[in-house]
Order: sequence, then C-alpha cells, then structure tokens
Amino acid sequence: MTGQTLIHLQDVSKRFVKGRDTITIFDHLGLTIPAGDFVAVMGPSGSGKTTLLNLLGGIDQPTGGSITFDGGRVDTLTEGQLARWRAHNVGFIFQFYNLMPTLTAARNVELPLLLTSFGRAERKRRVEAALSLVGLAERANHYPREMSGGQQQRVAIARALISDPKLLLCDEPTGDLDRTTADEILSMLRLLNQEMGKTIVMVTHDPEAAKYARRTLHLDKGRFTERELVA
Amino acid sequence: MSDFYLLWRNLFRRKLRTFLMILAIFVAFVIYGVLGSINYAFEHGVDSSADNRLVVVNKITFIQPLPYAYVGKIAAIKGVKNVTFANWFGGYYQDARNQIGTFAVDPESYLRIYRDDLRIDPAQRDAFIHDRTSMVVGEAIATKYGWKVGDRIPINSNIFTNKANGSHTWELTVAGIAYAAKESFNTSFIIFQYENFNESKTFGKDTVGWITLETDSAAVNDTVAATIDDLFANSTAETNTQSEKAFGKAFLAQLGNIALIITLVVGAAFATILMIVGNTMVMAVRERTKEIAVLKTLGFPSWRIWRQVLGESVLLALLGGLPGLAVAGLLVMVLSKGASGAIPGLALTLPVAGLGVAFMLLLGVVTGFLPAWNALRLNIVTALGRL
Ligand SMILES: Nc1ncnc2c1ncn2[C@@H]1O[C@H](COP(=O)(O)OP(=O)(O)OP(=O)(O)O)[C@@H](O)[C@H]1O
Ligand SMILES: [Mg+2]
Repeated sequence: MTGQTLIHLQDVSKRFVKGRDTITIFDHLGLTIPAGDFVAVMGPSGSGKTTLLNLLGGIDQPTGGSITFDGGRVDTLTEGQLARWRAHNVGFIFQFYNLMPTLTAARNVELPLLLTSFGRAERKRRVEAALSLVGLAERANHYPREMSGGQQQRVAIARALISDPKLLLCDEPTGDLDRTTADEILSMLRLLNQEMGKTIVMVTHDPEAAKYARRTLHLDKGRFTERELVA
Repeated sequence: MSDFYLLWRNLFRRKLRTFLMILAIFVAFVIYGVLGSINYAFEHGVDSSADNRLVVVNKITFIQPLPYAYVGKIAAIKGVKNVTFANWFGGYYQDARNQIGTFAVDPESYLRIYRDDLRIDPAQRDAFIHDRTSMVVGEAIATKYGWKVGDRIPINSNIFTNKANGSHTWELTVAGIAYAAKESFNTSFIIFQYENFNESKTFGKDTVGWITLETDSAAVNDTVAATIDDLFANSTAETNTQSEKAFGKAFLAQLGNIALIITLVVGAAFATILMIVGNTMVMAVRERTKEIAVLKTLGFPSWRIWRQVLGESVLLALLGGLPGLAVAGLLVMVLSKGASGAIPGLALTLPVAGLGVAFMLLLGVVTGFLPAWNALRLNIVTALGRL
C-alpha cells in the first residue's frame, strides 16, 4: 500500500557542538520513506533516534545534506516557515503524552485548529470526530489528570490527527504503558496507517511494538545497520 | 477556543497564587488612586489662584501679624489695583474637633479680590457689608451644618476671647452663602467682619494676619513685591511678599512635602509589586517550559506565544489594577464628602485614572517582558529533551 516517496534524506549530517567537543550523530545519512509507510526505528540509547525524528518533523535542522518532504525542501525553511509546515504536515505523539493540563480532552484536541481558519462549527465537528475515532467521545470534558495513561495517549493521537497531516511521528508512544494498553495504542496506529494512509515513523525500544510496523530500521552509531521488512 | 482562552487558563492555573498577585496589585492601585487624587487636588487647588494676586506676610513667619496701617500704605503703591486682608480666627463649631477655616475680613474689598473665585448673591453681599455681626459661609460648610441665611450661629475661637461676653464665642448671622465659581476653589470657610472682630477681641488690636493684593498685571508682580518689602524693611514688622500660588505651595510645604511623600509611598508600593509579580511570572512561565515547547512543536509561531505571555501579565495587572482604581474612586468620594471640601476638587480625575491605567500597562509589560522573551527564545529540542 506504500506509494511515492514522501520523505527523502540525502547526505544528512548532524553535529552538536558542546564547548570544545563536536559530537557527530549522523554523517551522510540517507533514507527514503514512501507515502503510506509505517517504519519502526530501533536502536540503543543515544544512537540518535530522537534526533532523527526531530529532523523529520522539522523541529531541528541538519548540519548538512538535504531533507525533502512531498518533493519540497524542508531543511532550507526558516523557523516561521517550519512552524507553519509542521502545523500542516506533521502530527507528533510523545512518550509522556504532553497534553495541556489546563485544558479538557476536547480542547487539547482542538489546539492545532487554532492555527487554521476553520470556523467554530467545523472545529467542533472535527474534534468530535477525532475523539470518536480514538474511542473517547464521552471523555471530551475530562482533564488529562482525570484520565489513565492510555486514554491520555489516545487524546494525544486525536490531537496529532486533527489537522489531517500526512506524517505521524511517534517517540516511544507506548514506553509508559502496560502491554495491553500498548497493544491498543499500537493497533490504533496500525489502523491509521492502513485505513487512513498515514505515514508513520515510530521510535521504540520494544520489539513487540516494532512488529506492528511494516518495517524496522536499526540505528546504531549514526547508521542504519539493518533493514528488515515485516510481513 | 481562542488564544485568550489559553491565556486565561494559564493565568488561573494556580488560583491562590494568581489571587494573591491580583490582591497585591489591587492594594497598590488603591494606594495610588487615593494618594494620587489627593496630590492632584492639592496641586490644582493651588493652581487655581489668580496669576496677579500677591500675599504679604510677616517676614519672620506667616503666623506673625502685620500692622493694620500697612493696608493703606500698600494700597498707595503704584501697580497695586486692589488690596484686602484677613485674620486667622481659629474657628470651630460646638466641638473643637469641628474646625472651620474662619477669617476676619473687610467684606467689601475681600469679596472684590475674590470676585472671580466666589459667587454670591448681590443682595446677600450687601447684607454682609452692612451687618457688623454677620458672616458669609462657604457652600461646603453651609451644606455640612445645614445653615441657612438668617440663622444665628455661635462660632468659637481657640485663640481669641470676646470682650463683650468674656467667652470664646461670637454669635454671627448668616448673611449669605458663597459658592465656588471655579470647581477647585475651597468653600470650606467662614468670613466675618474685621471691624466686629477687631473691636471685640482682647489682644492684638489693629493687626491683620496677612494682606492680599491684586496687581495691574502679573508682569509687574516682581516690581510690586520688591517695592512692598523695601518699604517695610528695617521696620518692626518686615514683610515677605510672594505670589498667591507660591504662598499656597509654601503653605503646603509646611504640612510636609505631600507630593514627595505620596511619590515615595506609591513608588514603594509599585516597586514591591514589580518584584513580586515579576518574579512570580518568571517562575510561572518556567514551570510550563515543556508546554510551550509542545505548542511550538504543534506549529504555534514564537511571536504568538510571546504575545500570550505578555498578554497574561498585562491582564493580571488590569485585573488587579482596575478594581483597585475603582475602589480608590469610591474611597476618594467618601473622603471628599467627609472632609466637606477641605481638599477642594478632591476626586479621582481622568488624568490620575489615565496615568493609573498607563501604570498598569507598564507593570504588565515590565513583568511580562522577561518571561515572554524566554518563551520566544525557547528552543524546542532542548526544552523537550526528548520528543
Ligand atoms: N541538543 C543537544 N546537544 C548536544 N547533544 C545532544 C543534543 N541532543 C542530543 N544530543 C546527543 O545526541 C545523541 C543522540 O541523542 P538522541 O536523543 O537522538 O538519542 P536516542 O537514540 O533518542 O536515545 P534514547 O533511546 O535514550 O532516547 C546523544 O548522545 C545525545 O547526548
Ligand atoms: Mg530518544
């Protein structure tokens, strides 16, 4: 079900300068992700998985090389342009959900719509649809602290989906959840990939979680050491 | 949902903390509103004095009297248009606590000099001039005690004794009521006939408290003042002549430098809230570092987050400050009634209120600036640590 190239990394390098030391995370890294793909990224701690997601999501810029998304360069955008680009194209799902504690589930989901020109009614309709999709319609008026980890993560998924982005980036989305809840979340991600055609890149430490992806990339010392296709 | 809703929720995230900050700002603006109004009333009361009026007082201190003969001598000086004089009486009504600014004056010349400041019915004016035991009561006093024309009122002095009855009491008939022609003119006074006073008092005969005169124009003020002071130099009662404005200011200075005290008190109140609110805002925004990073990740532009933080601190300042000003306005109203016009024109005026609102905005911007800047510069990658 995968199609044209959605993301293309070419000769991407990433270095951090810390005092006198320069840490090289990536050096001439290449990667192609077709639209509709579901990629799991695994690797030891410190191997650069999060850094990779930051680059894919346009919240960090490469030191060298190019990143294209849907045929357009991302690495050359300014900070303001990147913000707009993220709002349209990327949904983020974090390990610790990162919901706004002062807002109800519905308002958390609505948050990205503040960046669009949708009217009140349309926003309400979309929020309801997104919450139903993740099975939390009844929880619309609950605050994050009143919900379990799994429920909060589902709200986060609804928030990531609300502006209908092509790409979902998940950094250990089940890292804080028990097996059963993790499987629920992962099934939901798989569904989003299969039924809605969302392209997903998911970082995980859990081999069981990786099985939900179409393929797994192993990252070590700044290189993809192995590529395997899962079913 | 709007940006304002986010801002509002953030502001009231910790209700007690926000409430305490609002309270601190509220108190500061009550203080500002009341003291600022008093200061304004004082400054503008003084300013209402005519430009070409001079006051002649004893050089030693203005409490020392001047010989009555000076009045005629001053009237003869070139450039002097009108002369009058007044004597402090130390008046009160019934109870020594009910002090009233009471002056023994020459009716005709006194009312002529204050013709632009006081409004009085011509018939009442004539009655005052012709009835030796009458008085004219300022509107504020007439209203306070409910006195009407024709009433006979015993006025006491805490200085003088009445030869006629050996007591401190003078019985005076209300000949008329004087109204302020200018809003800021103090009508909390009584004037009665100097002749009556001079003949019935037991000491200090043929002296006056001070002499007020009108020059041909403000341009000759300095020359006239110099001529007068030269004339009485080396006499037993040397004089000091200054403009009425300067006299009023000097009089206030005797009460203590009100403006300075007010500025210090208000300044201290503002410095305190500036530190409290500024520090709390920095902490409050630091606590949400991660949330701000998430907002930026979702695509909220930095300027919008900057605007939110600044909006939050400005809103905080307004939430405390506006009610503070409103309460100050009420207090000033009560105060101005209670003082029965002792401070003429005492009200929370537009300039004072306007400056107050400007202070609120300034407070909001100053306390919000650093946290807003921090939020603007916040780097997503470092703030999130991990995605
Ligand atoms: N802002 C930064 N400044 C300096 N070094 C950084 C920065 N961000 C990441 N690094 C370094 O880059 C390397 C990769 O970090 P990254 O967070 O991408 O690893 P990771 O694979 O996600 O690890 P984990 O599994 O623990 O989450 C680490 O050595 C880290 O210390
Ligand atoms: Mg990581």
